[in-house]
Amino acid sequence: MRETTGFKVLRAVGLTFITALVAVPLYIVVSSSVKPLVDVRGTFTWIPTTFTLQPYVDMWRTVPLARYFGNSLLVALVSTVLSLVIATFAAYALARFRFRGSRIFSMTVLSTQMFPGILFLLPLFLIYVQLDARLGLQLTGTYTGLIVTYLTFSLPFSIWMLVGYFSALPRELEEAALIDGSGPLGALFRVVLPVARPGIVAVGVFAFTTAWGEVLFASVLTNNDTRTLAVGLQSYASQSSVLWNQLMAASVVVSVPVLIGFLALQRHLVQGLSAGAVK
Amino acid sequence: MAVTPADSAVPALPADPAGLTAQDAPRRAAGSQPPAGGGPAGPAPVAARSRSGRYLRLLPYLLVAPAVVFELLVHVGPMLLGVWISFVSLTQLTLRNWTTAPFVGLQNYRNGLDPSSSIGSEFFATLGRTTVFTVLVVAIAWAIGMLAAVLLNSSFRGRAFFRTFFLVPFALPAFVGILGWKFIFAQEDGALNRLLVDDLGVLDTRPFWLLGDNSFLVVVVVAAWRLWPFAFLMLLAALQNIPGEVYEAASLDGASLWKQFTSLTLPLVRPANAVVILVMGLWTFNEFNAPFVLFGAQPPEPALLLSNLIYSNSFVNFNFGLGAATSVLLLLALLGASVFYVRLAMPKGGAQDA
Repeated sequence: MRETTGFKVLRAVGLTFITALVAVPLYIVVSSSVKPLVDVRGTFTWIPTTFTLQPYVDMWRTVPLARYFGNSLLVALVSTVLSLVIATFAAYALARFRFRGSRIFSMTVLSTQMFPGILFLLPLFLIYVQLDARLGLQLTGTYTGLIVTYLTFSLPFSIWMLVGYFSALPRELEEAALIDGSGPLGALFRVVLPVARPGIVAVGVFAFTTAWGEVLFASVLTNNDTRTLAVGLQSYASQSSVLWNQLMAASVVVSVPVLIGFLALQRHLVQGLSAGAVK
Repeated sequence: MAVTPADSAVPALPADPAGLTAQDAPRRAAGSQPPAGGGPAGPAPVAARSRSGRYLRLLPYLLVAPAVVFELLVHVGPMLLGVWISFVSLTQLTLRNWTTAPFVGLQNYRNGLDPSSSIGSEFFATLGRTTVFTVLVVAIAWAIGMLAAVLLNSSFRGRAFFRTFFLVPFALPAFVGILGWKFIFAQEDGALNRLLVDDLGVLDTRPFWLLGDNSFLVVVVVAAWRLWPFAFLMLLAALQNIPGEVYEAASLDGASLWKQFTSLTLPLVRPANAVVILVMGLWTFNEFNAPFVLFGAQPPEPALLLSNLIYSNSFVNFNFGLGAATSVLLLLALLGASVFYVRLAMPKGGAQDA
């Protein structure tokens, strides 16, 4: 839009409105996390009357937050790394080779990533139950079981994003390496991967963030020992009351790592996300 | 995703036309990309010797093999199993030996789709509610995202800050955003009532937001708040591809801001718009997190969405056959919705669909 006065006024009003839309809920969460319990239970106040960091201390004792944290970290990290490795090879093949079945495979990846987790949860749960009954292989309540289900969303997503990144790289990059006598795999490792690293990292951060916030699978497939943050945070609420200040403090703490990662790499992410929409 | 969207539980990506044509390198090079120098498609130069020729022919299959195996294991297999489960009677009792569960044909579908039974009427009510929910959430998220994108598609000081800050709702872990809103809506004297009743005076009474019909509104607000930055992100990227001269010419002609928006911006971002609306629509139709984190495994009826219905059929009432039948119906609805959308909205002015 051309910068007329009208547009500038609209921009100031609009940005104030949208900023408030984002900032006010965040402020309410953060400010409630530094209030004593009596204050969050009573009438809401915009400015904390008593400032305390006690919720940030107590929250580790009320529920096994550190264990939930570790569980989330393990599950999100392993599922992300696993899908990145598998997806990198697959995406390179799809982006650079023509082979029979590649189109069918692309379509499968594209369509499965549109399907909701609930479609996979029930059958996977039944498969796990059966493996346990027949082979004694315990998967419900284990890290392995959860990690496998997390591949249902992180794998197609990673393949799709990386195909976009790899296709956008000029072929001359690899041709030089091929002429030097490296095979296509050598070209992939020595030339393509280093150049595509920001994109790969961005895909990884997005996959990690999604796994970190995943609720559905975790609510069915974890037990007390393997509980992740997404489900574990519910434990601040008992039947009689909710420890809102500790819950808000824990929310702040579990958000900071993914928020930093996501926002730091968002430019590369936008590139990949919008590749299809913009061209 | 987070979507996930991180949003919702399953991150999805916009249909990527560039990706679909990725194998067709020469055509792509001739299109949107700068000329690739007419290089051979594929690593042909070293394919001269027959041994390395065979290796090169096998290589792509070796590269995709792990992905194919996992796709079969976690997607294709379970989906086929899900279809089969929908034809058997599977309850808590038969769970451990579900391979021998009795085949009941279309019984689960008959139960699930019979409008006169309580299960059937609940299904249709939930289907309708989820549709209304989707339309509302996508419309709100699109409108805010578009507004933010248009406003930030201009240069001014602090633009980079807003651009990053606006992504926060989308980047937050799904459950954190929802828990924050739960607190805001929670008590009679909670943050929202403080704002609406005491500070702004919009309402006279203090509603219970998490009870009754209000709970539907709450789910809409929470889902839209998490989703709009995705629309913003994609639409801003699309807007930045429009050359500034287009607008200069228009404003010389005396076109108002609104006129410029409707007759220039909207048509020009239409391809991006179609993808954004489709993706957001699918994500929202599949929404599970908001009702679940706000209300638990069995949300009150006004806040019950299709994914939550399947979840409670399966894991609260342990009627797995019914859950699977509902899943298959959801799958068909999703396939139908995307085909319908592509055929109907793509060819002509689809921008106003939101």
